[in-house]
Amino acid sequence: MSSLTGTAHLLSTKDLTRDAAIEILDVAEDMADVSTREVKKLPALRGKTVVNLFFEDSTRTRISFEAAAKRLSADVISVSAKGSSVSKGESLKDTSQTLAAIGADAVVIRHGSSGAPRVLAQSGWIDASVVNAGDGTHEHPTQALLDAFTMRKRLHGAASRGKDLDGVSVTIVGDVLHSRVARSNAWLLTTLGASVTFVAPATLLPVGIGSWPVSVDYDLDSAIAAQPDVLMMLRIQSERMHAAFFPTAREYSREWGLDDERLARLPAASLVMHPGPMNRGLEISAGAADSPQSTVLEQVANGVSIRMAVLYLLLSGGAT
Amino acid sequence: MTARIVMQPSDITRALTRISHEILESNRGSSDLVLLGIPTRGVILARRIAAILETIEPDSGVTVGALDVTMYRDDLARNVTRTPAPTEIPAGGVDGKTVVLVDDVLYSGRTIRAALDAINDIGRPRFVRLAALVDRGHRELPIRADFVGKNLPTSTSERINVRLSEIDDTDEVAIA
Repeated sequence: MSSLTGTAHLLSTKDLTRDAAIEILDVAEDMADVSTREVKKLPALRGKTVVNLFFEDSTRTRISFEAAAKRLSADVISVSAKGSSVSKGESLKDTSQTLAAIGADAVVIRHGSSGAPRVLAQSGWIDASVVNAGDGTHEHPTQALLDAFTMRKRLHGAASRGKDLDGVSVTIVGDVLHSRVARSNAWLLTTLGASVTFVAPATLLPVGIGSWPVSVDYDLDSAIAAQPDVLMMLRIQSERMHAAFFPTAREYSREWGLDDERLARLPAASLVMHPGPMNRGLEISAGAADSPQSTVLEQVANGVSIRMAVLYLLLSGGAT
Repeated sequence: MTARIVMQPSDITRALTRISHEILESNRGSSDLVLLGIPTRGVILARRIAAILETIEPDSGVTVGALDVTMYRDDLARNVTRTPAPTEIPAGGVDGKTVVLVDDVLYSGRTIRAALDAINDIGRPRFVRLAALVDRGHRELPIRADFVGKNLPTSTSERINVRLSEIDDTDEVAIA
């Protein structure tokens, strides 16, 4: 019996309960085992159609969802805005009704506008499960789930099943203002019992951060001195920066970048995470990105398992 | 409806001991034996059988694992979503081995069909055998058990409850 049963969509981590989140992580553990086998495929979603609808560029999220759906034997159709009728000005409504006519069982949507997945889910244009793969500066729930999964796996190893992140301290550094990853992680990690600290220049913190369940620091060195269990570096999102948020890239890097010297001050057991794609030399040095403490590639591998778990829990079971 | 106990702890132990001997007999020893229990209670039964095999033939090298069949079921789209259980394949794998599937109750045969598909994705055993503590009949597929603890004629309206002391508070098979 699944706690996601009855919720046909995954739109944000804010509405995930602790039990539902742990269930997704636990199912992902089983899915991870599949990727070590000779036949990396399960028949669970045979005959289901998953549409990846990407209005924004993406490498790892798109191929990750594609690999996840294929490993569950679903049929996958990938649509990107470039090269589709979206670039001719087709509306979200018309695009989604086209997908409904094709018989999509799930739509994985990435959109530049915050809230677009919720519009799709509640519009009635299409009777499919909607999975948010990143919407504007709002949320990126599967990224937060794979981050939590990666932390749990590093901390508890083979005994991860059923565990939460109680007492784990996570420091998230960088462009919080534009980061949907930071938002999804803030909700999910605190739901799972972790304590979250944001470190950023004041210009890159959103208005109203005081009401979030996180603490705020403006100085990376003092945050590292606090010896966090996890240090998560965010990407500087130049494509969303239409104003001067910091003087120069060099100054940002010097104040808020994880360089080799700061890495050396971090406890050896602390994890260094980055959701990718990385700006090497800006928010993270090559030495830190490639260190044994870095989980960057594990995060990518775990992403497939998490997305398999989400698609399985949303699409199997229940006559819809 | 009141529950009727059809197997006591001693009956279960006796049945598992007999099954263990039958497995050794049909396999002509304990070489290349892999016991795969189907979660939840099949895994416990597989471990018990392995322990008995170990007392009959010490150092037999029998390996035990768990085989979750959730993702291979044919009723995934009909029922509420099931949460899968872990699959644990012993280090030696199943290629060329004699795999004995272990389950608590054999009923429609659909779980076993799913298990055969699941094994297919893991490797190619030389033989696949089936052991069940209880065979209650009403097969819907051409599947039969090689080793049966107890044949129990039932009606489809009855429920068979297998309780094992590792996770339940007692050892018994009850019919209700």
